[in-house]
Parts: sequence; C-alpha cells; structure tokens
Amino acid sequence: MSDQIISTEQDLAARFPDTVAHDERNGYQGYIVDKDQLVEVVTAIRDEYGFDYLSSVTGVDYLPEDSMEVVYHLFRSTGGPGLVIKTQTSRANAVVPSLVSVFPGADFQEREAWDLLGIKFEGHPDLRRILMWEGFEGYPLRKDWREAYYEEDSKPFKSRWPGGEVHRFEDANIFGKNVDYPAGFDPETWVPDQDSSLYGNLMKVDGHGSGLKTDQIIVNLGPQHPSTHGVFRMVVTLDGETILALKPVMGYLHRNHEKIGERNTFLQNMPFTDRLDYLSSMSNNFGYALAVEKLMGVEPPERAEYLRVIMAELTRISNHVFAIGMFLNDLGAYFTPALYAIEERELILDIFEATSGSRMMCNYFRFGGVARDLPAGVLDKIRNLVYERLPRKIDELDLYLSNNEILRSRGQGVGVLTPEEAIAYSAAGPVLRASGVPYDIRRADPYSIYDRFEFDVAVRYHGDVYDRYLIRIDEVQQSIRILQQAVRDIPEGPIQTGKPQYQVRVPAGESYGRVDGPKGELGYYVVSTGKPNPWRYHVRAPSFINLTAMEKMCVGDKVADAVAILGSIDIVLGETDR
Amino acid sequence: MDGMGIVKGLGVTFKRFVETYLDDIKWLGKRYYTEEGINHRMSADTRGVFTIQYPEEKLPVPEEFRYIPFLLYEEGENGEKIDRCTSCGICAKVCPPQCIWIVRTNDPKTGRPVPQPADFYIDVDICMNCGFCAEYCPFDAIKMDHDYEIAVYDRQTNNIYNKEKLSKPVSYYASIRPVNYSREEQARKEAAEAKAARRRGKQKSQSA
Repeated sequence: MSDQIISTEQDLAARFPDTVAHDERNGYQGYIVDKDQLVEVVTAIRDEYGFDYLSSVTGVDYLPEDSMEVVYHLFRSTGGPGLVIKTQTSRANAVVPSLVSVFPGADFQEREAWDLLGIKFEGHPDLRRILMWEGFEGYPLRKDWREAYYEEDSKPFKSRWPGGEVHRFEDANIFGKNVDYPAGFDPETWVPDQDSSLYGNLMKVDGHGSGLKTDQIIVNLGPQHPSTHGVFRMVVTLDGETILALKPVMGYLHRNHEKIGERNTFLQNMPFTDRLDYLSSMSNNFGYALAVEKLMGVEPPERAEYLRVIMAELTRISNHVFAIGMFLNDLGAYFTPALYAIEERELILDIFEATSGSRMMCNYFRFGGVARDLPAGVLDKIRNLVYERLPRKIDELDLYLSNNEILRSRGQGVGVLTPEEAIAYSAAGPVLRASGVPYDIRRADPYSIYDRFEFDVAVRYHGDVYDRYLIRIDEVQQSIRILQQAVRDIPEGPIQTGKPQYQVRVPAGESYGRVDGPKGELGYYVVSTGKPNPWRYHVRAPSFINLTAMEKMCVGDKVADAVAILGSIDIVLGETDR
Repeated sequence: MDGMGIVKGLGVTFKRFVETYLDDIKWLGKRYYTEEGINHRMSADTRGVFTIQYPEEKLPVPEEFRYIPFLLYEEGENGEKIDRCTSCGICAKVCPPQCIWIVRTNDPKTGRPVPQPADFYIDVDICMNCGFCAEYCPFDAIKMDHDYEIAVYDRQTNNIYNKEKLSKPVSYYASIRPVNYSREEQARKEAAEAKAARRRGKQKSQSA
C-alpha cells in the first residue's frame, strides 16, 4: 500500500476539484467535501493518502447559517499531523452518508451525532439513539433546544448576579416530583420502540451451524452488574455459552456534558472536564487546555510544561494500576490485587491533593499554564515515589500477577483484536497498542514537551486480553522513565503566561486538541465564535469509542469472557456517557 | 502450566502479610491513632496496613485542600466584623455551576451601592469545589475551607449558606493556610504601601 500513497503535499482539492474545497472561513482548516461524494473521497483519503485512522466524528449546529456540519478528524496510523474534512447539510433535513462501511469506528460516533444533533447517517446499519433514552424527543445539542432548568443561553446567568434572588436549584424543577404518568400510560406494559429493534437486530444472527438444533437466547448483562464498572449494559445473543452478537447499551450516566460546556465560559469548562474520566482528571484538563490554547495562540512557560507532563504521567500510573486491579477483580481475584494496586494510587492522589487541592477533581490546568506551583516538599515526594517506591512496587505487581496461570488462561487468546481491526474500529490507547500498532500520540504527533523525553512506545502483538493487561504494566514503566527525567530537569520559573484571567479572549475558529490519555486518545473539538462561551465543545471520549470494537472482540468467546474483555478495555462511565 | 506463577504470586501475598506484623512490632502500638503513625502510613516507606480508621483517625489535609468556600472578615478593635468582600461579583461571575448570589448594600440616603454585601449566599448543593472564586477574588475575601464534614439530615433547608454561616475570621484562614496567608498578607501590604505612596505623591503635586 505504501507505494501508492501520494505525498501529503498533494492537495485534496486539486485531486477532487468538483467535490472538495478548502475551508476558507477565518480560523478554520481542512476541506469541505460535497456530501454526495463523501464516501468516495474518504475512501480515497484512506487508501491513497494513507489516513487510515478515523479519530473523531462529530457535528456542529450552525444555527445562524441554518446549516449542519459534520466534522471528521483523520490521522495516519504511522504518525504525523491530521486531516480535517467537513461536510455540510441543511438543518431541516440533515442527511449525510454514513462512513461505517469505510471506517467501522464511525459506528457509535455517528449514532451519537444522530442522537444529540439529529443528523441522519444514510446507510448506517443500526442508527438508534445511543446516549439519550429511547422515548426522548428532540436533539439536545441543537442550538435551539432547551433543557429543563433552562435559565439562559450562556453563563454567567443574570439571575445570579448581584441583585438576583436566591432560590434552591431543585425548586426550579418544572416537573415537581415527576411521578405522574400521562393518562392511559401503563409502565408495566410499555415496551420502548427501540428495544424491539435492538433485540430484533440481535435475533437475526446466524448460529455457528453446529448441527444441533439449539435455541439462541438473548441475555442482558447489566445495567446493574458488578462487572460493568458503573451502569452499563451489554445485550448478548448466546448459543449455549458462546457469544454470537453483542450490543453495548450506554447513556445511563448521560448528563449532556457538551451542552453544559456550551453554556459555560471557556474557563468554567475546566472543572467540568475533571468529571469526564474521573479517575484521570489531570489528563482531561490537559487535552482541553491544549485545544483552547491552540485557538488563543498562547504557550505555557517551561516550568508549567514540566508540571503538566509530571501530572499527566502520574495520572497514567494511577489510572493503570487501578485498571489492573479492577481487571483482576473482574477475573475473580476479589480485591486483593485491587487493593495492592490502590496503595500506589493513594500515594499519587496525595500528591494531587497537595498540589491542586483535590484528589480526583483536580482542576489544575489553566490556559497558558497551571493553577499553582508545587508546594514545598511535594517535588521531593514525587522524586521519592518515582525513583524508589514505584519501580519496586510495579515489579512486585508484575511478579505477583503476570505469570499467574489463571490470569494467563483467562486472558491469552481471548478477545483478540487484530491490528487492522483495531485501526479500522478507531480503537485508541492501550487497546490499540496491545494489538501491535505502536501508535502513541506522545510520539506520533507530539504535544507539549513530550518530544524531549526518552521513552519507548509500549506495544504488544497478540491483541488479546492478556496483552491488554501486560501493556498497562509496560506503560507504567515507561511513565516512570518519563517522570524520572521530568523531575530531574524541571526548571524554576513562572507557571503561567501573563496574569491569571477569569475572562479569556478566544478568537473565532476551530481547534482539535488531543492527548494520549490513560484510556486512549482524548480529543477536544472546540469551535469559538469569539464570544466568551464556546459555540461547540465536543469530547472525543476514548472509553466510548473503544467500546465500538467490543462486539468484534467478544464474538466467538464465552459469555464469561465478555466480563474479562470489558475489564481489559478499561472504561469509565463518566466519560463513556458524558 | 505448572502452577509456579500462582505459587510466586502467593509468595508476594505472604510477604506482605508478614510485613504487616513486622511493622506493627517495630512501631510497638504507635502505628495507629497517633499523628506520627498516620504520617508514616502516608509516606512512601510504608508497608503493611495502609488504611486509616476514619473517624477515629483522620488524614491530615494539605494546605491547598479545598472544600466549600467561606468569607473572610477582619476583627475590628471592638470585636466588630469588617467584611473583606466588596460585592464586586467576580466570584459569582466565574462560578461554573453558578451557585453564588450576592445582595448588594445600598446607601440609605443616596441609594447608591456601597461596596459591602448585605447578604451572600452559596448553594452548597451545587457548589463543585473547583476553587475558582477563591482563585480569582481580587480582595482575598473568599477562600476555600478545610472542613469537609458538612453532612446534614435535612438538605432542603440547610444547604443554602448565608453570609452569617459563611463568614469566618481572618485568623481562622491564617491557621488553615499559613503559607498562602503570609504570602498574600505580604502582597496586600506592598499594594497598600504603593497606594499610599501614590496618594502622597498626588497630594504633593496638588499642594505644589
């Protein structure tokens, strides 16, 4: 394939003069593709230009222009900068061809855009709501849609200003206690329309053809199930114990983070990003800060960059040890490994608490720097951890678990995702790298100061559950290496560019900031119109998109393996459901 | 598949089991319910039991720890409370969940606003403890507290804090955040001196 790749310099608009145009709006980049030729152009981009990794699909509601835009961010799995393409459609009849046939990883993201923005993707095999409940009316991310408790389009709300009246937030609930059913509605007999189409799709699956006349059964794993790491449901079709088909059902923790984000000012979003992947808030802050800094054109000072890297890598360690512990829980090693792992996490959280004021909801990053410097003694604590304790403890964890026969037999050869599939399904982070694709944004498209550190991109080649466990140990070891260099080299100096400001001026335009978070590629797509609030704020959530490949991993394995596979993907529902 | 992996793993568990007792013996009962014991269990050298027996024991919170804002007042000579807050409204503006309300004072004669809040409310139910109000307050008038034990039986009536409940003396702030306090006092003093110097300069130029 590589010899067919046309050099990046060749202009896409020159290759498709009639259907592709440069996006010439101020502050925008990339190309606008005619929606009728979208599939053809994207296929060419994938096969000829080598952009084989579809990172993000999302929509933007341009209400004043009366148009709906779908934005695609594509990257090469070999590394390098990305390519942004967009396609436009009308708001009233928003229809765009689906890209699932080219990139299966677009599946859930298109469903999300349909659910929240009402963009219909023609040719999508299973276009149902994904985050909202099935009886929901309207498309909440559209700019003319208003939520319950609606006060104003943007914060700060006038009612809260000096002179406003105090009231309890709950008293503003327009539904009162909300326990009355409409006349003629019986919840006992009500069947949501969507359930039938969900189960209907699962019933169509062909069996393995074992010759025996066996019935297929559909089993709901979850939403209330201890192995789902939250409130998450998997509907599986079983033939005996073998999984024939699996559909994840999510959205039980949906709070429309993106709508909240569009009401907020740019700075007010920062503490809200903590609540996405609540186990690694520092990484969430990082990605959002990068996206907005790109728009603002500010760069943090040297010391702040080091602090950011230190915090992001400590987050990765605490997340991965926690993920390993919880994964072992899923395999039935009930809480002994988890608690061993959590000890190390606890010491890292102490550092976060001393620095940022909170253990998990850190809210530490600011545009152009970080909130405050390390208090006295904390750097020594970090040094002590990364030079002394952590390497020893990770080795102990490795000795404790990696050769355990039960773990190996539960993990090896189970839930296999091949490298081609991993790329096609837009898997990210440890899931992608465990499948033999050495794609790490810290190397492939370096941000912040990661190009200065010496570390290896962890990669494993089997793509099974066991490798997804091992890669987390590898990554922790590499993070320790980065941290050792960072605490050695960190300079003195300011931690913020300019004065701390609560009202930041963000020029009009779009930007996509992405970091390699502990769960995978965490991207923020931000559109600014120059106002204090973002026009569009989208989160490319790795936990959510990694689940797209869940069915692929599970089919053919036993139902008990689904639990292990889910544990090995390492999802957090705060981020999945947003 | 000879089971050696499991045996080695159990060896790790056994080692940690023994270490628990070794550490307990080494500390001779001082490991629990004492301040140095808690600090040791929080350090990177710790082995054995890691947990804190809350509420009998409590983890010390670091200075930067933030939980629910409070308002600072200076204690006057006769014990009167002088609010630092000028009701400028920056905290209400920057608050992400918008949980702050300020009632401004008006001069009874002129009807013009006076830089002092008549009342100050925080809806603790929706406060997300982000600390922006404290971070961006130009008068060091609102700060984040350390008291995290605020559970109540009746959230319907108890969770909107008014000015009376929120106000705490500056001396309390100095006790929970000594480093920040001395740094800010230094800055305030310098700013006041600079202001005084400017005023003197102005008066001089006026008299001349």
